[in-house]
Amino acid sequence: MITLEQVIKELGSYDGRPIKIMEVCGTHTSSIFKHGIRSLISPKLELISGPGCPVCVTSALYIDKLVEYSLMEKHCVLTFADMLKVKGTTMSLTEAKAVGGKVRMLYSPLSAIKLAKEEPDTQFIIAAVGFETTTPIYALIMEEVIKSNINNIRLLTSMKTILPALTYICDNEKGIDAFLCPGHVSVITGSRIYEELVMKYQKPFVIAGFEGEHILGAVYEIVQQITEGSFHTKNLYPSVVSVEGNKKAQELVEEYFEEVDDDWREIGRIPSSGLRLREKYHSYDAGSSFAASQMDSPKGCRCRDVVLGRIHPVDCPLFHKVCTPMNAIGPCMVSTEGACGIWYKNGGKNQ
Amino acid sequence: MKINMSYGSGGALTSKLIHEVFIKYFNNPILNRMEDAAVLKVSEKIAFTTDSFVVTPMFFPGGDIGKLAVCGTVNDLTMMGAIPKYLTAGFIIEEGTELSEIEEVARSMANTAKEAGVKIVAGDTKVIEGNGGIYINTSGIGEIVKTGISVAHCRQGDVILVSGNLGEHHAAIMSKRMEIENQIVSDCAPLTGILKELMKEKVPIRFMRDITRGGLATILNEITDSSHCGVVIEEGNLPVSAEIRGFCDILGLDPLYMANEGKLLAVVPKAKAKRALAAMQRSKYGKNAVILGEITEGNSVTMNTRLGGRRKIDLLYGEGLPRIC
Repeated sequence: MITLEQVIKELGSYDGRPIKIMEVCGTHTSSIFKHGIRSLISPKLELISGPGCPVCVTSALYIDKLVEYSLMEKHCVLTFADMLKVKGTTMSLTEAKAVGGKVRMLYSPLSAIKLAKEEPDTQFIIAAVGFETTTPIYALIMEEVIKSNINNIRLLTSMKTILPALTYICDNEKGIDAFLCPGHVSVITGSRIYEELVMKYQKPFVIAGFEGEHILGAVYEIVQQITEGSFHTKNLYPSVVSVEGNKKAQELVEEYFEEVDDDWREIGRIPSSGLRLREKYHSYDAGSSFAASQMDSPKGCRCRDVVLGRIHPVDCPLFHKVCTPMNAIGPCMVSTEGACGIWYKNGGKNQ
Repeated sequence: MKINMSYGSGGALTSKLIHEVFIKYFNNPILNRMEDAAVLKVSEKIAFTTDSFVVTPMFFPGGDIGKLAVCGTVNDLTMMGAIPKYLTAGFIIEEGTELSEIEEVARSMANTAKEAGVKIVAGDTKVIEGNGGIYINTSGIGEIVKTGISVAHCRQGDVILVSGNLGEHHAAIMSKRMEIENQIVSDCAPLTGILKELMKEKVPIRFMRDITRGGLATILNEITDSSHCGVVIEEGNLPVSAEIRGFCDILGLDPLYMANEGKLLAVVPKAKAKRALAAMQRSKYGKNAVILGEITEGNSVTMNTRLGGRRKIDLLYGEGLPRIC
């Protein structure tokens, strides 16, 4: 049994070959700052952010559609807080609200049902955005909508799954040596989903929680695997992550949604990386589109390189100069889970 | 009974509202004269401030908009080394507000004013269109008992104290809005007692501020800017209750950036730190006071993390939580 002090000592004095570890989830990015992890480990161990911010990879045209709905008579868009500030091609939902758009925050799935019952003449459009962690919530809403025979809720979906994105990165980005797998997503999916990636790409995939100790433990495990040249999925978050994951949530999602090729803002098309409502539930869909919608990034913005783990936010020429949370140019600066926003808020320019 | 526009007419109904609610609860000889302005006798040097309150919901665990309106102004005066004496209260009331709600707010203001040792000596009432909401402005004056308190007066080697657990008002408001059931209660409270205890101990306070919107992190950054120094705090000393910590973990919040309504930060010379801490802990709203860190050289705020790492603490960016006070 190795103590935390020993782990910190070993990681601090690590002098082997440089290792680049991608933390997929924005919550990990925040936690790395919160616990001062970089100040504890050797500069040869580089932690780089990945594509794990759902808002950052949501197409601008999708946001345009939400804005359009919010401005339609007798319509109201329901969304989790993160989607409010991201701009589409013309404006964000916050800006739409300022010019009379009807947008409300969604705090829990049942609050949507309650609203729909209280205001039967309003057509509610739920902005169904998220990864595996949030999709069961939308499935739960669907279940309740059907059970209670509610006909004024529809979903505009842009739901994504993380595994195809990791596959894409392994195929296309050669510099990443190991992955710190998202803890919350893994609760739903189980640790099993990473097995095939380990087999195919021969890299460590380590699942960890969000405390400083968890992250240090995961980095230590990765260093061990790379030093020994033996790679496997390691679940360091067994209190909540099982091999099979949350079966009930998986079944619920399976009942209402099916895989579809989807577009990721800044990345492009990734096969089978999206979820849409199944054919038999299409009447509940508010016109979700999965067509290719690649648009040029704003001039100088390097969100694409940030999302793919090619650069740190501080390496973007716009970071902290023209692009700030108050005047965000790219999506990664807007969302609370976006790497640029997290770096900025934590004084990333001085890290 | 609901308020309608005629309560704002300036006529009989306005007078009824003033007498049956505000005079009834705020009751004191200066106000009761009902002249155009209150006539006051004060010492030579006074502090004077104003604040408006738009919190939603109006009633929340641990307080209401009335209690907040008294504490907010009382605390701002206190932070400048003044003992608060007199407040004014301006009400903007939306039609549709229940009279019983106004009465409850007034009662709460009166109780808080009594506790804080201030009198509400002048006021104003307006009624506007709307759907049942109350907005309150309070202004106040206090007599200065300690001069020279300023965010620009912190010096290297000084010690930073915080008067108690962080994040409670923020979490209470959020819980109520999100209909989350928990035991979290707003910390809304008048802090004059802490100043009085510090003065008894003759603590030479360099700087004091109530930790409201923007949270502790914002104030620490203001110190580095204005006093041209660095700040180092210890994560291990950060006063946060287990319940707030759990709440923050679930919702991705950071107590360093959350609003409080009954907590202050004080900077004192190192030699007086223990004495100041004991004084705070003796007062009613300072029982969980801690020494959090110190003023150093440099120009930024750093936190030594529990694991021995270092984290830079920047300003709050973005909107925080709207209408929290």
